[in-house]
Amino acid sequence: MGENKKMIQFTKWEIITLIGAIILPFIFDFSPYIQGLLIFIMLWVILGSSWNLLAGFTGQVSFGHAAYFGVGAYTAGLLYFHFKISPWWGLLLGGFVAVIFGYLLGIIVFRLRGPYFALGTLATGEILRLVFGEEEWLTNGHNGILYMTTWVSKYPYYFVGLALAAASVISIKIIMRTKAGFYFLSIREDEDAAAALGINTKKYKNISMAVSTFWAGIAGAFYMIYMGFIDPEVVFSLHNISILSILVGIIGGVGTVWGPAVGAVTMVFVQELFRSALFGLAPQWFSGLHALIFGVLVIVVILFMPGGIMGDWELIAKRFRKSTRAESEA
Amino acid sequence: MEIFMQSLVSGLLIGGLYAIIGIGMTLIMGVLKIINLAHGQIMMVGMYITWTLWYFLGIDPYLSIIITVPIVFYLGDGISRFLLHPLIEKDSILPENQVLMTVGIGMVLVELARFIFTSDYRSVQTSYNAKSVYIAGISLNYPLIIAFFAAIVLTGGMFFVLMKTDLGRSIRATAQDSDAATLMGISSKRITILTYSIGSALVATAGIFLLPIYYLYPDFGPAFTVKAFVITILGGLGSTVGAIAGGIVLGIAETFGATYISMGYRDAVGLVIFLLVLVFLPGGLKRFTKI
Repeated sequence: MGENKKMIQFTKWEIITLIGAIILPFIFDFSPYIQGLLIFIMLWVILGSSWNLLAGFTGQVSFGHAAYFGVGAYTAGLLYFHFKISPWWGLLLGGFVAVIFGYLLGIIVFRLRGPYFALGTLATGEILRLVFGEEEWLTNGHNGILYMTTWVSKYPYYFVGLALAAASVISIKIIMRTKAGFYFLSIREDEDAAAALGINTKKYKNISMAVSTFWAGIAGAFYMIYMGFIDPEVVFSLHNISILSILVGIIGGVGTVWGPAVGAVTMVFVQELFRSALFGLAPQWFSGLHALIFGVLVIVVILFMPGGIMGDWELIAKRFRKSTRAESEA
Repeated sequence: MEIFMQSLVSGLLIGGLYAIIGIGMTLIMGVLKIINLAHGQIMMVGMYITWTLWYFLGIDPYLSIIITVPIVFYLGDGISRFLLHPLIEKDSILPENQVLMTVGIGMVLVELARFIFTSDYRSVQTSYNAKSVYIAGISLNYPLIIAFFAAIVLTGGMFFVLMKTDLGRSIRATAQDSDAATLMGISSKRITILTYSIGSALVATAGIFLLPIYYLYPDFGPAFTVKAFVITILGGLGSTVGAIAGGIVLGIAETFGATYISMGYRDAVGLVIFLLVLVFLPGGLKRFTKI
């Protein structure tokens, strides 16, 4: 047995972050609004990590993660709608239903590569959105599904979200240390070479897809439980789910374990900073800029930090040190 | 039978418009080898420029082509020169980072439009807006007819440029093999930037012809981005003739889907065809047209 006997080791910063996230609500007395934002951060950590495993680590850039998010959300929602079963069961089931959908859609989209894969996944996501909107006998169509949320306070949701988010990040950290993880990377770098070396690329792409869709489904079910309302245009949204989960991954760092978490915090923080007009310091029209600024941030990151915040952390740190040194010398 | 003919004719007319949108996309995909996910958003920008000219200066939408199209051409030039082209040399984990960049650009364009024009629905009112002619019980909307003939002229013109001029030959050479084209003395940087600009100008032209037909709002673009790549894949990458065929097939399929399946599935029809083509007919209709 070698030195890599331990499956997983946490760095100092990871433990600090986790403990910090747990005790955060006990230190500060957040308003419900801020609590809501924290929960959304957790949601985006799960969804971003899910996208990042398939796209960032395995190289299959999905533009249709809303499909699995939506399926997870509707699993929880429909259990309640048709059978009056608590959506909390859906939280468990949602992930597995999403995996089944992911497998079935994978039969189609895994025949495609590169940009065609991206377009294929985009199309599957959009088709599901239209189907869930039209088939009213099953999904109640555009009226959506309404559910009285379990708790009035938001803190329980925060901890559930935190637990799920931590589990998703840790699960990906573990996977990326196993043989499968290395196979994912080899598929990303060169699928043909990986196949030539005897890796069953189809199988490992499906494994990556399964884990990825599982977390996307869980995220969807969690969204249903927390928000208490879903409709197809929201949970299958191309822009607000599929593309945002990509942007979260890009900003944080494609192909890094902690990238999506950093991306989620950055996205929610930047958007809220401007939505609140720099916390009320700036004129009111600033609040109209929130999505625009985020889009500009995406462009800047792709242009100057192609590895994202986590991927180019060394670069940023170095530049920062240099500039502080220059300041102290001047 | 009348319903059938009506669907067929409206599908054909709208398909002509789709063809212009598709040609811009097919050029960009052929030369730059990327999916331009800001395509519909660029069209939306062109439509807003046209609308502004009509609303504040009273310029007829069709006349504003001479102002709108150059503006969007240079917008495309700026986007490709400063945002897309620099990425070619950049090392990144995912080869798709140019595509992801177009996502960011599209988002910025939509939000910019929302910031300036708000999310209200806009439309132009002209004397010919709601006019129709009736031929054998089939009603034909004036703006749609104009758009269809414009589509024929534009695609014909584009085809001529691509086949007969030096510029067109350079574009086709770069699309086929950009390294070989560079060796033959073609500046592939200039051609890629120019292609993106031409593609943007074409889709802006399509937008002008769409404006009298549809309501305009900032989120108008993305739906047409999806249509554009459906057409492109359907027609075959880099094929103008394919884009025309693809546009018309999509137009007809959508109207039939709306008439015979349900209105809500109108957009799903195109996407299903798209997936089927990707899986069973890679290369699209180009396989039959050869050009």
